[in-house]
Amino acid sequence: MKKIFLKGRTVFGGSVEGEALVTKQSWAAFMAVDIYTGHVTERGHELSGRSVAGKVLVFPTGKGSSGWSIGSQALRFTGKAPLALVIREVNSQTALGAVVMRVPAVSNLDRDPTEVIATGDWVKVYADEGIVKVTKKGQT
Amino acid sequence: MILSYGEQRMLNGEEGLAKQKAMELLVKYGTALGAERFVDTNNVHVLADFFPYPDLVKQIVPSLDPDEIVSKFFLDGDERIVLDQVTAFTTNHIFVVNKQYWKIIQRRSPIIADLADRMETYCRRVGINNTATCTPYQVGNIPIKGEYCVWTESSAIPFANAVLGARTNIEGSHSSFASAITGKTPLWGMHLEQNRLGDLIVEVDVDLGTVLEWGLIGYHIGGAAGLHIPVYVNIKRTPNLTMLMALNAAGASSGSVIMYHIVGVTPEAATLQMATGNRKIVRSIRYGKKEREHAYLKLNHSKTSEVDIVVLGCPHYSIERLAIVASLLDGKKIHENTALYITTCKQIKALADRNGYTEMITRAGGLLLEDTCGIEFAHYKSAVIATDSPKQAHYYPGVCGVKNVWYGTTEECIDAAITSKWRGELK
Repeated sequence: MKKIFLKGRTVFGGSVEGEALVTKQSWAAFMAVDIYTGHVTERGHELSGRSVAGKVLVFPTGKGSSGWSIGSQALRFTGKAPLALVIREVNSQTALGAVVMRVPAVSNLDRDPTEVIATGDWVKVYADEGIVKVTKKGQT
Repeated sequence: MILSYGEQRMLNGEEGLAKQKAMELLVKYGTALGAERFVDTNNVHVLADFFPYPDLVKQIVPSLDPDEIVSKFFLDGDERIVLDQVTAFTTNHIFVVNKQYWKIIQRRSPIIADLADRMETYCRRVGINNTATCTPYQVGNIPIKGEYCVWTESSAIPFANAVLGARTNIEGSHSSFASAITGKTPLWGMHLEQNRLGDLIVEVDVDLGTVLEWGLIGYHIGGAAGLHIPVYVNIKRTPNLTMLMALNAAGASSGSVIMYHIVGVTPEAATLQMATGNRKIVRSIRYGKKEREHAYLKLNHSKTSEVDIVVLGCPHYSIERLAIVASLLDGKKIHENTALYITTCKQIKALADRNGYTEMITRAGGLLLEDTCGIEFAHYKSAVIATDSPKQAHYYPGVCGVKNVWYGTTEECIDAAITSKWRGELK
């Protein structure tokens, strides 16, 4: 059973485990997601048509509108937020987004999480310790 | 985070509940960023009257009481707090609706109109200036080089940073509101000299002679830059206000370009050496004919040449653009199958009224609206929309589900409004 450990820093505390949804493209939490379903609606995005709800979302960083935190908070209110955020490099959108989404979030990991983690992997996020534990798909 | 005496007092609640809640939010935010301390700010641009999800507001705060909305949405708290006055000089972003046309033109619900009225009154009460624009720099909020700002609006942020040399990160409704209340923001990102230096060279091999060209290069680089800071070299022209507005809006839509340098033009880039300092250059990219065509094709995604709605004024139109549009429409009539909506801020509209531009636009059958945003005119998904804004062209599909969008020059958009046909092309 192959397990991978990543170590980084806390963005927002808490711990949770779930299935990974990974993109190598920057992600917009506002004007690019349907808040009532969690589906990504941005034209041409890798995640277009997929739902972030209940997933451990792994992505490089935030982009787009400064309404990012409005979208993040709205996803919390509708119950369609990701379970956790694993962010390669935090910017102000993702930092504030994690705070108002109120989900465990980590960043600045010792390896690029968008390379190491694949969609469908089982991921445990211990945000207070800044640790991510990955079990590759099919190896549980 | 390390707090000063005054900041600790706020956090302890000794300066009242509003400052306490705002400080709690800012400490969480600063911690998430990895910031060590705060810096004072006296220039904030908040998102206070912008409710993209009105049904959600109604669900969480059925009374639509502004104090409760601010508490639960902007301060992300669970209890109702009554704010006395903001501490920092504060302006506000666009309103969702235009007061006159929210029903007949924008087809929005009465909840939205009610919310807009309530929040405008609230802002007046707490000392937030109702500029109602995505372009605060057009109407009296013009930060000075080096000034610590806390701005929302992705297209305005690079204007403050790159064009004016002021300092702001890309802030959200929550952080900006908390900063308005406390006069504090995490000392992080664009507030620090080293982070403002360029680390991505963009060799420009296209003549950027029109507003469209600036939109296209901005859109391409936005998609390629990530969080890096582009340094544009080899641009042989001095852009005007409208060109930089297009560059900023495009780069913050396809990506998150909040700072850049144009060597020889922007204030922190007199030379390439000054723009990059001692920072390591991550890579050098070329912007040429191929990249230009690619950006154009990405923004143009319509299957039909019939145009239903032409939307101009994103970001809020400058008086220079309104003069051009008025003269293009002089003696012409908008096609009966096509609507023309132009958005700007109240102050620029007053100037357009005074100079006769509004009358020329109205006489031709177009509509010039204040306060609101062009995204509010995509009434139905099957509409074919034409715009001269790369930002609008980018967002219509994702936000409104509008599939058929044309992007081109202001002249091509006016032609589409008159003929109801899209005849634009990349020349």
